[in-house]
Amino acid sequence: MKLLTLLLSLLVGAFLIWSVQDLPDWGDPQSPASTYLSPHYIEKAVEETSVPNIITAVLADYRGFDTMYETVVIFCAGLTVLIILRRTPRKDKKVIKPRPQREGADIILQNTARLLIPPMQIFALYVIAHGHHSPGGGFQGGVILGASFILLALAYDLKSALQRFKEKTMLFYSALGVLIYAGIGVGCLLLGKNFLAYAAWSKLLGITELAAHSHGMLGVEIGVAFTVMAIMFSLYTDLASGGDMDEGL
Amino acid sequence: MDNFIHNIISSYNYWAALILIMIGMYGMIAKNNLLKKVIGMSIFQSAIILFYISISYKTNAAIPIIIHGHGATEHVAIDPTLYVNPLPHVLMLTAIVVGVATLGVALAVLQKIHRVHGTIEEDEIMESIKE
Amino acid sequence: MILDRGFLWQFDLLILPMVIICAITALTIKDLVGAAIVTGAYSFLMCLLWTEMLAIDVAFTEAAVGAGVSTILLLGTALHIKRKSKD
Repeated sequence: MKLLTLLLSLLVGAFLIWSVQDLPDWGDPQSPASTYLSPHYIEKAVEETSVPNIITAVLADYRGFDTMYETVVIFCAGLTVLIILRRTPRKDKKVIKPRPQREGADIILQNTARLLIPPMQIFALYVIAHGHHSPGGGFQGGVILGASFILLALAYDLKSALQRFKEKTMLFYSALGVLIYAGIGVGCLLLGKNFLAYAAWSKLLGITELAAHSHGMLGVEIGVAFTVMAIMFSLYTDLASGGDMDEGL
Repeated sequence: MDNFIHNIISSYNYWAALILIMIGMYGMIAKNNLLKKVIGMSIFQSAIILFYISISYKTNAAIPIIIHGHGATEHVAIDPTLYVNPLPHVLMLTAIVVGVATLGVALAVLQKIHRVHGTIEEDEIMESIKE
Repeated sequence: MILDRGFLWQFDLLILPMVIICAITALTIKDLVGAAIVTGAYSFLMCLLWTEMLAIDVAFTEAAVGAGVSTILLLGTALHIKRKSKD
């Protein structure tokens, strides 16, 4: 079996290597990947959306549908893990086998976590808010926010982290994120233009169309950040405790 | 032979991505332990993203953030060959995040299999199914 | 040939073999917790590669998601199930 797989991998590798010979030179500015659509994005991003970070402009404005469905996919993945693994302990049956409890308080770990978590969250909010001008955006900030809660759960108990950020709050925030994203899109529809055409908000908010693009993108990134934060922590609590939510790593 | 060596040296990034694809595929198919299969899937995903990002690179170019760009009233002509191609970056951003969601679901299914069968080695699971 | 490309081939020469060694090690090591940690190291080295290729948003996301959350999820699962694998 292993020998067969090795032969198969080498065969696939040989085919791929044979086709790599025909790729254009590495680093060529005139390669076909860089000639059809991306010059339009690079040239027109600041004119049409007033956002200097081209990647955020393409992600949230030109390809906004993909980002919306990606948020929905993350939401569905979090729900799936919840459905597969979660079980509530029954009072009569002993379903949970007892895990060895921690002895003592880890002073270094807890104090370092206590010093580190507030700057982490402020940095995450900074990354979300400055997605237009520097590398960052909704995903990165949301993952850092979720990671700060995971750090809380690792340094202290899982139960004390769950007291601060309950399961119902997690589900609420993840649904709220998708609702914000789709709500901004439907709002554009109700105000007269196409779905997710941010220029429609300019009449309601009293700003120019260019600024409406920029603010619409910020709102959408905030929605993405909510969903990603809640789902990252929810994935951790489900997977590390095997669905019981009593004791983590 | 000389041409072949020149080919390898001028496109070594693609070769590294292909070797990683081969390793990931071998890990996904041949390994007995189910967690090793999941790790193989994660390696495979990273290798494909490396391949795409290698395509988008331009020599002597800058990062895709336009520095003087915020005052949109001034129309400064932007030369597209000076900036790295941003389109594969956007696609791969989505791919990474969906990859971690897939990893979460795969690990949840793995834990459920362990709860039901008591093991995560593939041959032991096949025996336990036959009974 | 290589040197006129303005690219740091020395950096690549250092990092690409380490990436391949990390990938092979993560699949070969018998302790599942060790395999999870080596996968975290693999993700981090990939993040460095992408920073070198000027894909900064992708590198940021991979550092946060791959070397952060994905490693923790694998580690949590490996500690919950038994740690030793036959293969």
